[in-house]
Amino acid sequence: MNLDELYQEVILDHYKHPRGAGLREPYEGESHQVNPTCGDEITLRVHVDGDKIGDVSYENVGCSISKASASVLYELVSGATVDDALARLAEFTELMNSKGQGEGDEETLEDAVAFAGVSKYPMRVKCALLGWMAFKDALVRAEASIPGRTDA
Amino acid sequence: MEAVTKLDVEAIRADFPILKRTIGDRTLAYLDSAATSQKPVQVVDAMRRFTEHSNANISRSVHTLGAEATEAYEGARARVAAFIGAPSADEVVFTKNSTEAINLLAYAFQNATLDPHADPRLRLAPGDEIVVTEMEHHANLIPWQQLAQRTGATLKWIGITDHGRLDLESVPDVITERTKLVSFTHVANLLGTVNPTSQITARAREVGALVGLDASQSVPHLPVNVAELGVDFIAFTGHKMLGPTGIGVLWAKADLLDAMPPFLTGGSMIKTVTMEQTTFADAPAKFEAGTPPIAEAVGLAAAVDYLDALGMENVRAHEKELAGYMLERLETVDGLAIIGPRVPIGRSATVSFTLEGVHPHDVGQVLDAEAVAVRVGHHCAKPTCDRFGVNATTRASAYVYNTHEEIDRLVDALGKVRKVFT
Ligand SMILES: Cc1ncc(COP(=O)(O)O)c(C=O)c1O
Repeated sequence: MNLDELYQEVILDHYKHPRGAGLREPYEGESHQVNPTCGDEITLRVHVDGDKIGDVSYENVGCSISKASASVLYELVSGATVDDALARLAEFTELMNSKGQGEGDEETLEDAVAFAGVSKYPMRVKCALLGWMAFKDALVRAEASIPGRTDA
Repeated sequence: MEAVTKLDVEAIRADFPILKRTIGDRTLAYLDSAATSQKPVQVVDAMRRFTEHSNANISRSVHTLGAEATEAYEGARARVAAFIGAPSADEVVFTKNSTEAINLLAYAFQNATLDPHADPRLRLAPGDEIVVTEMEHHANLIPWQQLAQRTGATLKWIGITDHGRLDLESVPDVITERTKLVSFTHVANLLGTVNPTSQITARAREVGALVGLDASQSVPHLPVNVAELGVDFIAFTGHKMLGPTGIGVLWAKADLLDAMPPFLTGGSMIKTVTMEQTTFADAPAKFEAGTPPIAEAVGLAAAVDYLDALGMENVRAHEKELAGYMLERLETVDGLAIIGPRVPIGRSATVSFTLEGVHPHDVGQVLDAEAVAVRVGHHCAKPTCDRFGVNATTRASAYVYNTHEEIDRLVDALGKVRKVFT
């Protein structure tokens, strides 16, 4: 196997220098996700500001793939509109489920395209998706807690 | 004790075709036998011969194949009984794996608790205690935890010292007059600790509790004799001892099996049946409802033959030597911390460790790129991980077919891990 393909420079950089790490206030939704096979964990908060994601903050323990993925997630969705964030979530999930076939659109996914190689390793796809699952769940909770936003 | 002779590892390796496999362009170095062992051709051939030549259901048909299959299955039971020094083959119950063997026992307690006429040793009430240790595989923890929750009994445990040993000083306090059952791991799957059993079994006897072992990691690696151990039951699993998946063993003393209500019910476990009532067969049939893993039993018997031919004292000596070498070499790796005993005394050749600043998943991935197979994660022992303040470890485990060279490759590959991540 080609290690460089999995551990792209971009991934290692996000792993060593995670963006947006730490738990912050305010937030409306919080989610705790665990990968039962390896014990990796993330707690992630979403602050919704109007139709935008005001902030995503998180605390996690895990491997390079899961930590880098959370960092990339922060860059992509923090400040984006809720609709755009959901579109990125769908795109990233599709890329991860592509079994090495997908490339990802660099225009929209930016650094996250570096994870294309991860999709070839079924054991690591879960690592890459852990933070995104937490984001999805926290966003649902945030929307539910905002009066008049239960339609989302 | 038999005299120890060195294993002929080259000859052994020739019996395991999978060890010739290459991953990328390198030969596999399989250091994950604590998860599952590889199988020698003798085991595969025995199963194949049975399937091609004698396959039939057991105890149900008078035809020739039926008789051969029954003989093969019951012969396997006798073979396993002899291997663990059981006084009678009827004390050996075949299950799916260790997990099912332990659940069979836990459900016997639960079912007995619901039956006022059941043996009082098996009936639990609030205030009664079940004792395990903090170094259990989930398979010997969760069934007891659930049983305690359902019956109102209290689950207690013997803790672990910083050196990865059981805190034996606490035994008299943890095992009390209220303790009805003690079930503990003989060899810990994450820490590699080989637990001394006599103090715990003696204390269990003193208070009149039943006592047994999760022997999943001991029967494959050490001579195990149930009569010498003086326990009431042990559980182990075929796939970790050169045998196939899909078969495990519960051994228990005849009087305990007699007292235990069945776990699963259905075909092959009855004496008489009417629409209203059933009377059960004697053990072991009482606990083997449905068509059992017949070819797997044949495979397990072949695995036992293989291990017996090597000699379990020789297997133990080989692994002790590998454990010593592995510990010594791993200690030279920068930033590596061993979780568990650091000396090759009272420990198996299963060594867990952390590498500073690198998650075990990443360690395992880089090792795989070097064709070195280890296990990473919590090893189904989350409370042990918590005890040592880690989320996961990397675990290398050796068996009869492993060599010094493979351990060298592990250590070299760990050097590469550091390069990628720092
Ligand atoms: C100590 C111990 N107990 C129980 C088990 C469970 O074995 P199985 O999965 O075959 O039921 C294992 C293996 O994973 C183990 O190492």
